[in-house]
This record gives sequence, structure tokens and C-alpha cells, in this order.
Amino acid sequence: MAFKIIASQCTSCGACEFECPSAAIRMKGETYIIDPAKCTECEGMDTQQCAAVCPVPKTCIKA
Amino acid sequence: MNQPMISLESLFAPIDEEALQKAATSGGCSSSSCGSSAKPEDMAEDVWDKIKDHPCYSEEAHHYFARMHVAVAPACNIQCNYCNRKYDCANESRPGVVSEKLTPDQAMRKVVTVANEVPQLSVLGIAGPGDACYDWRKTKATFEQISKEIPDIKLCISTNGLALPDHVDELATMNVDHVTITINMVDPEIGAKIYPWIYYNKRRYEGIEAAKILHERQMLGLEMLTARGILTKINSVMIPGVNDEHLLEVNKWVKERGAFLHNVMPLISDPAHGTHYGLTGQRGPTPMELKALQDKLEGGAKLMRHCRQCRADAVGLLGEDRGQEFTLDQLPETVTYDASRREAYREIVAKERGDHVEAKKAAVAEVKDVATDAKLLVAVATKGGGRVNEHFGHAKEFQVYEVGPKGIGFVGHRKVEAQYCEGGWGEDATLDTVIQALVGVDVVLCAKIGDCPKDMLTAAGIRATDDYGFEYIETAIGSLYAAEFGLETSAAVA
Repeated sequence: MAFKIIASQCTSCGACEFECPSAAIRMKGETYIIDPAKCTECEGMDTQQCAAVCPVPKTCIKA
Repeated sequence: MNQPMISLESLFAPIDEEALQKAATSGGCSSSSCGSSAKPEDMAEDVWDKIKDHPCYSEEAHHYFARMHVAVAPACNIQCNYCNRKYDCANESRPGVVSEKLTPDQAMRKVVTVANEVPQLSVLGIAGPGDACYDWRKTKATFEQISKEIPDIKLCISTNGLALPDHVDELATMNVDHVTITINMVDPEIGAKIYPWIYYNKRRYEGIEAAKILHERQMLGLEMLTARGILTKINSVMIPGVNDEHLLEVNKWVKERGAFLHNVMPLISDPAHGTHYGLTGQRGPTPMELKALQDKLEGGAKLMRHCRQCRADAVGLLGEDRGQEFTLDQLPETVTYDASRREAYREIVAKERGDHVEAKKAAVAEVKDVATDAKLLVAVATKGGGRVNEHFGHAKEFQVYEVGPKGIGFVGHRKVEAQYCEGGWGEDATLDTVIQALVGVDVVLCAKIGDCPKDMLTAAGIRATDDYGFEYIETAIGSLYAAEFGLETSAAVA
């Protein structure tokens, strides 16, 4: 149970990094990645925080 | 991509006769078209103190002082249809573009390195590539570190305004005295055509609802800044058919709320940039359209005409970008700030500026002594300092002045795609593009020019001369004008 970032679409803007309530997102090489061990799919929140802030549609999706 | 910013038509008529007249009699430059050389009469002393070393706020200062942007704030809370931060090309100059993002620590190393090597540096700005207020923790950390190290550097941010009201108090405490807000609309119906979505209070809004929130936050932010005496510049992107006429309304709103300067920029739109507007064929304004709008806006909030729409990691004087000399891999591991070069430069500038003001006065007087109605459009190759001091073949841009019975006025700049001397595609082809950029110009002044390009310019109807090399720009133009229109007793030039 985790989200992932589609690397080819990621603009590396970094917006998701500090919105993630679980601190699961970090920079790796050229792009950002989600640590599946930390991602909770924003359990208990209204919306998926990384997808909400991401400037590119359908880039933070279910793994 | 890099169009001349001034229409031909405009170049044959003064921008603002009254202002030029005033400039001619006072010896200073009109505040609306040219910043000012000495403090304009209608400007408060404390305001002048704040802007006199800021190249983006004072046209005169942009001859002497340099800015740098550090790209520490990549995250953004809105999407604009003219923006795409995904692609970068080192040769591309437009807002939102950077080659590498920096952490606050890296930014600190970069700023100190630049301050040691570029004594003209006076302003540190954070202009994205995202939003400086939204990515606040990084903006704040960067400013705090650097102002400790270089206390006299001016701090400046650029924001879309959405997160601005949350940080105005901190901005005031940190002595950030210049803020730029990009405001493209005051009507949410129009906003909905520019902003597909915003991210606010932990959720995404779209359409008119989004534009309405953004508009309210922008106005609130502007009012809060004004209340705290922070100088605010408004940037507006002119999008033909979307907000062009509407910008008159925007100008009114921001003026009422205390904006110091209004900068209307042309939309940069190219499918290769991958922006929504680029991909859907939305065009940018022609130089004529931009100029016509700017003229209509005169008399509202003060206009800025020397904007170069620079990158979010630009370094140097406005007309140049030395960013490539200061990429991360070129920065020393440890840096120590050495204030001596910047201090020495400031002393020179203080003296130069005094001389420059005198020289301008003399030159304007000389021009007015010439009994003719003739006007000349003069392109100047300069690398700063307000002097004719760049070689023709090295010029990346030409600053365009109009000289006539009403005095000497700055009217804009013309960018040159590839320098004549450095073009890799055959020099004749390059020279053609330079000639294109100079269309409408009567005379080119430069520090040095070879016979071959000179002849080709002549064939294109443009005269070029290096006779006035290293003079102050106004002095050179004044002498040229006097020589051109047969002044009998050549007036002495200071």
C-alpha cells in the first residue's frame, strides 16, 4: 500500500516533499521518489497530499 | 524568442513628452522612462535610498549594479498556463527556468563566491523556479544565512501572492524590502483562463473558485506589504486576447493599494517550452502591442521598461547572465566573504554617478542647443557603468536611446541572439540577425568595431561608430547629435 511517482512526468519541483505527512518523499538522482515503507497513502486525510500539490496530473499514483 | 521590446513606431515619438521635457530641464532622466539619475523630485528620500542600488527598480541603477537569483525554492502552489519548469536550456532566458536547484547551504556558497568576484552585486533575489513564499522554509533559511554573512546585500523575493499574507511579518523582520507579486488579473473569470489550478489550505482548487482565492490573497498581500513600507513591484504577463485590455484595470487596482512599480511583460510562448499556452498556440504580444499597452498605462502606477525577463538563476548585470560561471561544480568547498571589492566598487560608483549626472546635464544642454527638430535613434553597446564600453561584436544587447529636441531618453533594449564575434554558424549569418535586431536604429555607438561589419551595417542603412568609445552614454549621444546637426560652436562637454 503506497503511492509512487511517475519519473518521466515528474518536474522535480519538490512541492510534494514537504507536503507529505509521512516524510516519505525524497530526492533521488534527478527526480523524487516515494519510500513505500513510509507511505501511508495519506490515511485519515481527505485527499492524497502529494497528488494534490503535484503540478502534473496523474504523476503521483497508486503503486 | 527575444523580440525587441519597443515598437518602431514608438521610437520616432517620445514616450512621454512631459517627462522628457522635465528630464531635459532638470538634467535628470524622467522617472517613468528611465528610473532616474538623481533622486526624482516626486520621490521620498527613504524610497530613493531603497531603490538607488537596485537594478530592477531603478533604470539608472541597472547600469551599475548586478543582481543574482538563487534557485532554492522549486515548489509551487499554483499552475500558470504560461509556465513549465520541467525543461531547462542554459541558453534559454525566461522566468521559471533554472539549470540546477540549490539547497540553502549551496546558495550561501554561491552568493559568497559571486560577491567576491562580481563587485557590482547589490541584490539577492529568490524568484523560484517555484514560489518563494510557498517554499518558505528554504527561502527563509537562505536569507537568514546570507544576510548574516553579507549584511548590506538587499533581499528581494518574487511570488504569486497566494502564500504571501502568511509571511509578510517575517519578511518585514528579515529586512526584505523589495517584493514582486505577479498579478495577471483582478477578475476571477479572466483568472480562470490563466490558472488551471491552485493549491491552498491543503487542497486543490480549480477554475473560477481558484482564481477568486488567488485574487483575494494577492490583494491582501499587497495591502499588508504597503502597510509595512515594503516596496512592491507588480509583474503582469500580457496575454493577447486574455488579459491585455484587462491590465489597465489591474494597474488601477494595484496603484490604489500602493504598488511602487508596474512591470508589464510580454507572454513568452513557444511549443518547445511545453507550456499550455505554447502547446495551444496562444501567441505573445507583438512589440507594438506591448508598447501601446505600456503607453496607455503611463500615469497609473509607475511603469518599468528595462525588464529583461531573466532566469530564476541569473547572475550579473541585467543585460548579461554570468550564471554559467557559477554552477555548483565550480564553487569552492568553503568560502569566506571578502567585502573589500564590493566596497571599493561602491566608492567608485558613488563618484562615477556624480560625474555621470553632471555629464548627462551637459549632454542634454548640448542637445537642446542644437536648433533642429531632428530625432535620432541610437543603439549603444555597453557592458555597464553607463558608458559606451562594449565591442560591437561582443554585445549581447544594445540599449536604445532616442535623442531629439526634447533631450535624451532611454526607450528600451534590443537583444542579440548570437554575438557577431562568437557565432558558430558563419559570421555573415550572425551579422544579419544583429542587423535585424537593430532595425529602425540610425546610429550604433560602440567601443570598437571592425571595418567589415561597419560596411555591412552601412549597407543596411545603419551607421556605426567607435569614435565615442568609453564616453558616458549621454555624452556620446550629445556629441553625436551636435556633430550630426551642425552645431557651429561645439559646446563643451563635462
